[in-house]
Amino acid sequence: MVILMLIAAIFWVFYTDTIAPHAQKLQIEKDQKLQEQKKTMEENPIKDGIHVATGFAEGEGLEMVIATCTACHSAKLVTQNRATRESWEQMIRWMQKTQNLWDLGEQEEIILDYLAKYYAPENTGRRKLLTDIEWYELEEED
Amino acid sequence: MPHYKPTSRRTFLQQTTLATFSGLLGTEIAFAEHIFEGWTPLALTDLGDPFSLKGKHKDLVVLNDKPINAEVPPHLLNDKITPTDKLFVRNNGIPPIEVDTKNWTLTIEGEAAKQKVVLTLADLKSKFKHYTYQLTLECGGNGRSEFNPPAKGNQWTTGAVGSPKWTGVKLKEVLEYVGINANAIYIGYYGKDTHLSGDPKKVVISRGVPINKALEEESLIAWAMNGEDLPLQNGYPLRLVFSDVPASTSGKWLYKIVVRDRVHDGPKMTGQSYRVPCEPVAAGSTVADEKMCIIEDMPVKSLITYPKTGAVITLGRTLDISGQAWAGKLAIKEMHCSIDYGATWQKCTLDAPANRYAWQHWSAKLSFPQKGYYEIWARATDGNSEMQPMVLPGWNPRGYLNNACHRIAVMVK
Repeated sequence: MVILMLIAAIFWVFYTDTIAPHAQKLQIEKDQKLQEQKKTMEENPIKDGIHVATGFAEGEGLEMVIATCTACHSAKLVTQNRATRESWEQMIRWMQKTQNLWDLGEQEEIILDYLAKYYAPENTGRRKLLTDIEWYELEEED
Repeated sequence: MPHYKPTSRRTFLQQTTLATFSGLLGTEIAFAEHIFEGWTPLALTDLGDPFSLKGKHKDLVVLNDKPINAEVPPHLLNDKITPTDKLFVRNNGIPPIEVDTKNWTLTIEGEAAKQKVVLTLADLKSKFKHYTYQLTLECGGNGRSEFNPPAKGNQWTTGAVGSPKWTGVKLKEVLEYVGINANAIYIGYYGKDTHLSGDPKKVVISRGVPINKALEEESLIAWAMNGEDLPLQNGYPLRLVFSDVPASTSGKWLYKIVVRDRVHDGPKMTGQSYRVPCEPVAAGSTVADEKMCIIEDMPVKSLITYPKTGAVITLGRTLDISGQAWAGKLAIKEMHCSIDYGATWQKCTLDAPANRYAWQHWSAKLSFPQKGYYEIWARATDGNSEMQPMVLPGWNPRGYLNNACHRIAVMVK
């Protein structure tokens, strides 16, 4: 009887100190993850003029651009490029000719306006300056 | 070294995705064991493809995640032989999700082939002699990001290049086994990647090389990189390897080679793809398709791979620098570097290539006359005494073949 009570006591201490807090922590972490995911889905936020989920610039036509361009490829294929309105139009024609892009109808104007405005080329000359250098102390090699 | 062997989609889903996925959702997926092949949990598409860049170095720069395209920062390319995790990834479509190596076959056929031959992977490995070469692969669009006016496509800076060791059989010996007719002028490949639009009948890319290139000693049908199976993103289980031509000719997930009696005309062989104006044009010109010529060799080029740009050093210290240089079949004759914007040049120590088409390691010791901001420029010279330009070379509409000298910034304090 005493031995049984002793075992029960030991188990109780072990449970309250070890298992219960661990299980509780797991539950909290799980809840937090679900909350975070829910938040991201609901807010679909724009920060500093950038649509966080895709990296596209905020502006008129954004939703149409997301729906059209990311149906096949990453938004990054757009955001890393710069072009004039004529060049963006040529890209659309190339995609229609070779990559199964559909006829954009009236949406084409809106998409081209957006691309020409937010992803216009800049004149970088014959060679760009080195920019965005992250300076660091170079250790001496032995 | 991290190494990835694709399993079947079903096994993969059961072993990895569902575990990861359940972890992310914080819940189990009901009836996981009953999920049929081809089914992808819907939310997974928002979380990214679980196959993405597995086994690659974490500091690769992802230019595009659908399709996956990633380049290697120059300071990660300091190895004389490029490690597997530091070879760039360039995809036009989606890599095959299921790779069944037991039933994988390579078909060789075409107008200029004497017969149609189907070989299994085991046939290839047992019927032909194995060869290993260190071969430099570079994307035709490497350096595109500097074009002005800009050129469309993935904006590669300097990192779509590498020089690993490849093991396989010589394409030449396989073509001799099949037999080719005298009218053969080109070969083309077909791979098992799938089109981004989801259209299963659409060929993603099917390029090739002139027959003379195909018959070179170093033109391989390869299954291994640096002694191990190819990673999925680099063509597992079988690919072509041709150096000194745009890497897009080195077809991945290879299942068919066609021997053509004409210039191969698969997707991305025609129009403006992997072509430059036959005659030089002014920057920003529009060039008609018929005035564009296929790129059939790559220019002399080099990289500074040590130190990483942005190094701050103290005055009086000698700075050791090193890098790689490549020029295709001609090899590099001399390597120079400058700390004064090309006003004076210092000769660097240059290693011999391991074999033809392997890049060459170079090094130098630099000292700086006073404190301040410096740029180190590197310039390779090939066997024909052709050098890298300091500014952008001839502009072309699609942004290929930029071999302007590589530059890094250094501050002396």
